[in-house]
Amino acid sequence: MPQEYRQILKYADEPGYQPDIECYLRHGGYEVLKKALGLRPKTLPDGRAVGGPEQLRQEVMVSGLRGRGGAGFSCGLKWSFVDRKSGKPIYLICNADESEPGTFKDKQIIYKDPHQLLEGMIISSYANDVHLAYIYIRGEFVEGARILNRALAEARAKNMLGKNIMGSGYDLEIHVHRGAGAYICGEETGLIESLEGKRAYPRIKPPYFPAVLGLYMCPTIVNNVETLCAVKHIVAMGGAEYARLGTPNNTGTRIVSVSGHVKRPGYYEVEVGKVTIGELINDPAFGGGLRDGRKLKAIIPGGSSAKVFKAGEKFKIRRRSPDGKDAEQEYELLNLPYDFDTLVAAGSMSGSGAIIVLDDSTDIVEALANIAEFYAHESCGQCTPCREGSLWMSKALHRLTHGEGRPIDADYLIRIADNIPGGRTICAFGEACAWPVQSFVGKFKDEFVAKGAAGQAPTTEPATTANQVTEAKAMATRQ
Amino acid sequence: MSPATTTQAKPAAPPSEKLRVRVNGKEVEVPKTMPDPLTGKPLPTTMIQACAVANVDVPHYCYHPKLPVAGNCRMCLVEFGTPALGPDRKPIVNPDGTPKIAKAPRPAIACATPVTPGMEIYTDTPAVKQMREAVLEFLLINHPLDCPICDQAGECKLQEYSVDYGQSASRFVEPKVHKPKRVDLGPRIVLDDERCILCTRCIRFTKHIAGDDALGIVSRGSYSTLTAYPGRVFDNNYTLNTVDICPVGALTSKDFRFQMRVWFLKETKSLCTSCATGCNTVIGSREEQVYRYEPRENDAVNSNWMCDYGRLNYKWIGRPDRLTAIRTPASGVRTQAATWSSALKEIADKLKAAPAGSVAIIASARQTNEELYLLSKLAKALGAMTDSAPRVGEGDRLLLNADRNPNSNGARLTGVSANPMGSNLPQIAESIRSGRTRTLIVFGEDATRHGIGKELLGKLEALIVSDILPNETTAAAQYLLPGCAHAEKRGTFTNTKGRVQKFMRAVEPRGDARPEWEFLQELLALITGQAGAVSVEGLFNRMAGEVPGFQGLTWAALGDTGVTVPV
Repeated sequence: MPQEYRQILKYADEPGYQPDIECYLRHGGYEVLKKALGLRPKTLPDGRAVGGPEQLRQEVMVSGLRGRGGAGFSCGLKWSFVDRKSGKPIYLICNADESEPGTFKDKQIIYKDPHQLLEGMIISSYANDVHLAYIYIRGEFVEGARILNRALAEARAKNMLGKNIMGSGYDLEIHVHRGAGAYICGEETGLIESLEGKRAYPRIKPPYFPAVLGLYMCPTIVNNVETLCAVKHIVAMGGAEYARLGTPNNTGTRIVSVSGHVKRPGYYEVEVGKVTIGELINDPAFGGGLRDGRKLKAIIPGGSSAKVFKAGEKFKIRRRSPDGKDAEQEYELLNLPYDFDTLVAAGSMSGSGAIIVLDDSTDIVEALANIAEFYAHESCGQCTPCREGSLWMSKALHRLTHGEGRPIDADYLIRIADNIPGGRTICAFGEACAWPVQSFVGKFKDEFVAKGAAGQAPTTEPATTANQVTEAKAMATRQ
Repeated sequence: MSPATTTQAKPAAPPSEKLRVRVNGKEVEVPKTMPDPLTGKPLPTTMIQACAVANVDVPHYCYHPKLPVAGNCRMCLVEFGTPALGPDRKPIVNPDGTPKIAKAPRPAIACATPVTPGMEIYTDTPAVKQMREAVLEFLLINHPLDCPICDQAGECKLQEYSVDYGQSASRFVEPKVHKPKRVDLGPRIVLDDERCILCTRCIRFTKHIAGDDALGIVSRGSYSTLTAYPGRVFDNNYTLNTVDICPVGALTSKDFRFQMRVWFLKETKSLCTSCATGCNTVIGSREEQVYRYEPRENDAVNSNWMCDYGRLNYKWIGRPDRLTAIRTPASGVRTQAATWSSALKEIADKLKAAPAGSVAIIASARQTNEELYLLSKLAKALGAMTDSAPRVGEGDRLLLNADRNPNSNGARLTGVSANPMGSNLPQIAESIRSGRTRTLIVFGEDATRHGIGKELLGKLEALIVSDILPNETTAAAQYLLPGCAHAEKRGTFTNTKGRVQKFMRAVEPRGDARPEWEFLQELLALITGQAGAVSVEGLFNRMAGEVPGFQGLTWAALGDTGVTVPV
């Protein structure tokens, strides 16, 4: 029987557990920080001296920790890219802009156990010689920002923050910065621009890699909330020990947000790769199965931008088994282990760890129209393919779902979507808005064709569509 | 505001290391770094710069060589490869000895991606063509396609790239996004937001070059809208440059809007005459009428820009009260109009008869080097006192010079103007008052505004005036010789930094008017008996031989962008 493995959320839901520092300290809080700050320089066999911060970075590298925000990039590698010779300050930013539809894991940490995040951040800052760090939190988390500010004040009062932290000689300040309601602020360079007070236009890479030219053109690390919490546990138990959690190359634990048509939507912390998608959806310990009388139709496995899986899909996947050998194996959809590499091999991604379950009551065209409308609304508008393509797809889907579709609209949609991703855009939003369309239409084409065939295609451009009415209103208020 | 784009001299860039890349199979050597357009600091050479070296055109909208890179239009996406490395980190070699190239899995924007040694750039693969086609389609779906009434038509990058890289048919069946039309951005600019492709060139120009962070984008996604800061008027002195760099018809000049189809315009290389900076321009004219000035690139002077004040200062060329007829004392009496030959003969006779020291000359620092040179020769032959009039306004840090004369340095180098300029004018006035000066020659200035009032002019035996537009001095003139605007003749100016630059003739002179250098040469020949040069080229070269400040110059060597002399 698969079970939750609660490490980050160990205490969060315990009765009486409070987000204040006293409660956190009673549960062993800030002990890991004390350990990290107290690390003595070590001399390697080759005679090279390794300071405490570098030891911490090595532990994170050894742990195999992969970013929990969406891309699943190696955290240790990300830290290793930081330009430490520039002479400029290094900044750490906690990305708490959790905005991928279907994702609600960081929220649990921020609201219920903010000091764990702070401890993770302080350790990570110390490890990277950071003296100023920011928490960029989505504007909608109004209470979350208050909780974090309260926690920061408590930590300052206890000298976990500020000058000479716990007598170690290390200084660090952390500030909370609230976003103003834009999905794109979760993209790390867009976030940095927003933090600098500008429009959250993602930066072009090259040359603006955050590790070299980040916040205020200084080396910057941007890590997700959950990733920074994991750092605390890596330092507590040692990187090698942490790497034994989960599966090879997919180490540690991960909080999965399960939503949609399941009996028990919620967040579940599991060892990465030790639990299958089917278990996360159907097991009583997790999603608890679909609603009675309903059958599975589709799964969006990693937040709304991930490519959809169709019920009954089968995959041939090369995967590294625990003995370290690669072997190709056929997997039913529900038997796919929920980890980074397997889902990528299956053609999608685990993204932000958000599983959205769609049962057979779902109109798949409507579902895609909803997703596409979100991305059209959230495209920042900086670069051409995403700016124009996202709204175009949304308009076509709006037409399809409002009785004005054409049978050729399925191909029409695919051809638009194919022109957006794959390095044609500045940031990964191009992929985020195109993948749902490519995968929904690709895997449920008959439904799109049927919807189009049932529609009354507009022979000429309609004089006043709903969109035009909205636009006219927007124009009236602007002028 | 950056000194690198102004008239200030750039510090010489240190010699850069070179590297070799291939563009569509052709090997080129490019510098490893190129100067940042704003700061002059070395930046890694980009693919688009390497392609320029290889003479391969990469289509682009947002990229502009004089602005910071934005990378948003995605039109310059190219494919590329780099030398493949083996496990030993050494390049893998093909059987024929060439390095094996690992093609990058994703395209890159040529405007922002640095080149690396051995890189291969592919700008004409099927995938690149497909990406351009897609970008163009995206740019056009919400575009109003109103080319028939758009001023940009004919010089529009959407049109040009549609022909080169676009599709002929549209498959877009959705309603278009509607945005504000005819937005009054400022006193000189109208914005059509539906035509805007959001390349942000104008935003970057006004922020980084003009130093006025006035423009920005509001709203998101496809509804993104260019606007001036709320409640602010876009009215700095450089706004019209945004019309030049706007690749589409979004930003239009109120002055030029709906006046003329650009394909009818003849383009003539010229100079701005509104201040001593001497911005290089292109005059757009049709059928002897000037329709617009545009800046012409010259990194030694004005980069790619010019100020609105200078750009719009052309209407006087076509003014209906332009002086077009020759006037002699007899021309009002006789029924027959005066001719150049008769007028110049009369003037020459008068001047020859004038006692030495009885003639004074007021020249204008708006005249060309050649004309000022001829006037200095005339002054020498007559023993005349000379000067010209200073013209001063408020300058700025970018292009506009406080000296509003285009050729003050020419007036100094030819010795026509006193030092400081205008300091001889009170002496000339005094000399007329005392009766010593009895003949005054005035070119292009209104003497009554420089302390030589009507009553003094009335004391003269002869007042010989050449000008373009009427004023109190021309009204008092006995001999009036209609001259030419710079757009109507050829010649050279020497700018505030000593840059000697030439300009060409865009339109024909009005009426009887003739280029001043032509009739000054004839007059000199009549007085001295020595023949003048027959062309402005010959005249310039003769001047360069005689005037020490212009020594060694030739008309031909000036090229399009001029040569700097010490001033």
